[in-house]
Amino acid sequence: MTALSALFARDARVAIRIGGGAMMGVLFFLAVVTLVPFAIGPDLALLRRIGPAILWLGALLSSLLALDRLFANDHEDGSLDLILMARPPLELIVITKALAHWVTTGLPLVVAAPILGLFLNLDPAALSATVLTLLVGTPALTFIGVIGAALATALRRGGLLLPVLVLPLTIPVLIFGVAATNAAAVGPMPFETPFTILCALTLMSGVIGPFAAAATLRYGME
Amino acid sequence: MALIDLANPSRFVALVGRVLPWLIVATVIAFAFGLRESYLAPDDYQQGATVKIMFIHVPNAWLSMFAWGVMSIAALGTLVWRHPLADVAAKCAAPLGAAFTLLALVTGSLWGRPMWGTYWVWDARLTSVLVLFIMYLALIALWRTVDDQNRAGRAAAVLTLVGAVNLPIIKFSVDWWNTLHQPASVLRMGGPTIDRSLLIPLAVMALAFALLFVTLHLAAMRNEIMRRRVRTLMLMQAERA
Repeated sequence: MTALSALFARDARVAIRIGGGAMMGVLFFLAVVTLVPFAIGPDLALLRRIGPAILWLGALLSSLLALDRLFANDHEDGSLDLILMARPPLELIVITKALAHWVTTGLPLVVAAPILGLFLNLDPAALSATVLTLLVGTPALTFIGVIGAALATALRRGGLLLPVLVLPLTIPVLIFGVAATNAAAVGPMPFETPFTILCALTLMSGVIGPFAAAATLRYGME
Repeated sequence: MALIDLANPSRFVALVGRVLPWLIVATVIAFAFGLRESYLAPDDYQQGATVKIMFIHVPNAWLSMFAWGVMSIAALGTLVWRHPLADVAAKCAAPLGAAFTLLALVTGSLWGRPMWGTYWVWDARLTSVLVLFIMYLALIALWRTVDDQNRAGRAAAVLTLVGAVNLPIIKFSVDWWNTLHQPASVLRMGGPTIDRSLLIPLAVMALAFALLFVTLHLAAMRNEIMRRRVRTLMLMQAERA
């Protein structure tokens, strides 16, 4: 257990100290949300209606930004080879790295969402629903993203390939995240129905993602 | 002959060479018979003549999922049994699956325009098939960007198995959600609910398209094996020069 907690602390420290992953994601999130009123015009009623969807879309795109660094940094400085040879199972290591990645890049997006929601004229009910769904849904984005990150590292190909591989898999999370937020804000569906499916998606991707990523790393690095 | 005997690419190519002419003849006959049956089939009492689009749409939609199923089994062959031809099979099924999915989407929207009054709705069945189409394209992109075929094969295998989660979602989307797309009427518990006069042309067309898939898949696999051989020969020639 100490090895995993040490890995968690190391990953979090590296992400905060160098590269500025967390701030970069939030900055990109702010830029995406700022672009929308320019594209559709500063119509506050319209922004209020599509605000949750914009926040979800912005968070989804921002979470993709830092993904390719998840294993690539470790691969470049050789620590990935040590991690692959370490005693804890690779699946647990991937979960630990994914959690550290979420705390440093996903959680800041959730924290920034209420402030950006004010720009979009969201009322308190929609705002709290958006933050809650993002809090539950962004771990799913990270867990799906680790598959893409592992593929990009194993194939020595980053860039555009990663979003192309990851985005189709994240569509269900986006659908149910926005559906739950809209259900809370305007109805008529009860909030619990899409929200529990969103929780299920997070748990499912928490199982599938680390296993697939670990398999990719194992086959890709040999 | 066991599956392991086909691990020898030369034996596989020889077998394909013997089987392929018969498959081509069978496909042509099945299509001729199926198209004749479809042409002679009566109009539906509700849909009129547009029901005939179904004879193309439904087999394509089945095969779009079947191709991913073939790729998933091939992915297991790559990862678990290390079968040398498994990644060839997976690589060659991806463009075919993408083509069948595109045909299913296009024929579906052509049917949807007169029947639903729109080319496209964002309901669960249509959206999940569109996701399937994008995933096919992503897999093809993966194969194309990586030059080391072994490495690409294993990575694509993992991604194929992850994407297989989508298959039950597509199949049962019409039951789980309240969709505009009609629920299953052929492959369902308690037998098919469509009339015999429409079921027989549909079955023949499904057989014809399945034969087309097998024929094209085997031919594509043979071409891929040849392409890899040419590449190896060229590398050896370059080494000698």
